[in-house]
Amino acid sequence: MTGIALVGLSHHVAPVELRERVTLDLPAAAELARSLGDAVCLSTCNRTELYIAGVDDDEAAAALEALAREPLDGVLYRLHEDAAALHLFRVAAGLDSLVPGEGEILGQVRDAYEAALPGPVLDRVFRQALAVGKRVRTETAIGESPASVSSAAAALAAQVFGDLTSRRVLLVGAGRIGELAASSLAARGAEVAFVANRTVETAAELAHRFGGVAIPLDEIPARLGEVDVVVSSTSSPEPVVHARDVPARRRSPLFFIDIAVPRDVDPALGGLSGCFLYDIDDLEAVVAETLAGRRAEADRAEQLVAEEVERFRRWRAALDVVPAIASLRARAEEIRTAELAKVRVSDDERRTLESVTSQILNKLLHLPTVRMKEAAVSADGAVYADAVRHLFGLEEEPR
Amino acid sequence: MVEALFWPALLGYGEAAVAYASARTARAATWGVRLGWLAQTALLAAQAVRADGFPWSTWAASLNLFVWLVVGTYLIWGCRPRFRLLGLAVMPLAAALFVVARLGGGTRGGSVGGYGSLFLVLHVGLVLAAFAGFTLAAALAALYLWQERRLKSRAPDILRLRLPPLQSLERLTWRTVAVSLPLLTLGLAAGVVRMREQRAGFDALEAVTLLTWLVYGGFLVLRPSGRRASYLALGGFALVIVTRLALAGSHFA
Repeated sequence: MTGIALVGLSHHVAPVELRERVTLDLPAAAELARSLGDAVCLSTCNRTELYIAGVDDDEAAAALEALAREPLDGVLYRLHEDAAALHLFRVAAGLDSLVPGEGEILGQVRDAYEAALPGPVLDRVFRQALAVGKRVRTETAIGESPASVSSAAAALAAQVFGDLTSRRVLLVGAGRIGELAASSLAARGAEVAFVANRTVETAAELAHRFGGVAIPLDEIPARLGEVDVVVSSTSSPEPVVHARDVPARRRSPLFFIDIAVPRDVDPALGGLSGCFLYDIDDLEAVVAETLAGRRAEADRAEQLVAEEVERFRRWRAALDVVPAIASLRARAEEIRTAELAKVRVSDDERRTLESVTSQILNKLLHLPTVRMKEAAVSADGAVYADAVRHLFGLEEEPR
Repeated sequence: MVEALFWPALLGYGEAAVAYASARTARAATWGVRLGWLAQTALLAAQAVRADGFPWSTWAASLNLFVWLVVGTYLIWGCRPRFRLLGLAVMPLAAALFVVARLGGGTRGGSVGGYGSLFLVLHVGLVLAAFAGFTLAAALAALYLWQERRLKSRAPDILRLRLPPLQSLERLTWRTVAVSLPLLTLGLAAGVVRMREQRAGFDALEAVTLLTWLVYGGFLVLRPSGRRASYLALGGFALVIVTRLALAGSHFA
């Protein structure tokens, strides 16, 4: 039976300078897999891995070294059989990712699998990996909490407002982190209504991208009454949003996300009724706490992965004895048919004989079949299969 | 025989009260609520069949009915995973009140009802249904205050122990009161009709109930937002507690 193996490198062992040389886009990864034969190439920014069946792993390693343009001794890992399956299942579940539980990897595993033309064993292991990834996400909370400051900011806003659709955002400053936070809010349905910046031209560019309006910094107090969320990330040494700017009579809460250092939003503002203020330290503390939660969930996810690896191992083990079982049954059927052919009886009697002999055969072979499958699971499958072949003279049968 | 239905109902409510403490067992808790409520429904139905007149006319029996209404209202509004902590607030209270109802003899079958007129049945039923709604509104308001405090204090675990969003809690509190107050109004109207028929005097419970009506009426008219709304809903509920537990004996007597 063809075994599976894995040859690859990841963020655990290879620096980014090396990983970027072996990273392939989907068509190129599929092409590499096809050139090797029965293989799947999973290539992301954090890993490039070749899963192979019936292919020499030196050949796979050479293919990766050709991409890296240097020997990869000490960087490449090689795993076989159950260990390779375990690794793939952990990858699909997000347990091998930089941020435990991140969901993007499952889609990347699916794309790699669909782009390749794997044989039956790789096909089975990849289908099971996709099922494992889905199971981990539905049965644990590993992927529920945000893992970055920008996504945490959006999740916190949702804790105040619920659905962010039609909530209006004022983005203060045109920095990258603020833009990411605004993007996270927009991804949840919020409308980036205003972008305020010292240089209005820069604000206009960003506002255009979000479909909002560019305003100068001194217009912020006038706009606070029109928005629900304020994201601030300027490089101003002084606060740009003050407690006195907040309209006194508001029915709806006002949520401030201050990602700037030094801080842009007057800390006294957090004490106002209906106002909520999170600065960068608060957001990082929230992210650290959610990551801790993810790690706790990761323990449960590892248990699910271990269960699935055991299922895979049983399936693989059963495959070892299937040819022997098939040969034994074929031989028995051959003998039965040949012996029946020698008997001269009427059609009715022949039908009765056919039925009776088939039942005898099935009853006789049922227990050996079950026992061989059980033995296969307990790693004695090959011994039993050889014994059956020897006892019944099946050595010439294909294995 | 009828009273035997008390135990599966209590088992369901008790299981829910405990199981809501963990997110992992929240689903089992929800089933506990559903099965317990069905058992209590059967208990109430059996009481109704065996009773001569309105079977929940004593304070203990009315408490039994009240618990059923509270849990029923919770089943309609809040039996969702995100409202797990609402269940944690409501179900222990429901289980405890259910035990009190039993200790007071409110879960027995075959009682002789003191009230017979349709007006009176409406009076007790509607007032209790309104109080059940106010109980749920109070639980929602308490959750609001807790969530608001966690957001204000920037609790790092705010996204790990997730409560419903603030504005959802505020909206649900208002809607629950908006549904409950008309029930109280109708229930009080039925009570006033009876009072006139019997030329009875105004007792303390009636005075506090009227005050409760004014508080919740003010809540709906003024529609306060934020913490003020929660404090007002909780203030109204304090009056409900007074009418249900402190003054109920005098009125039912």
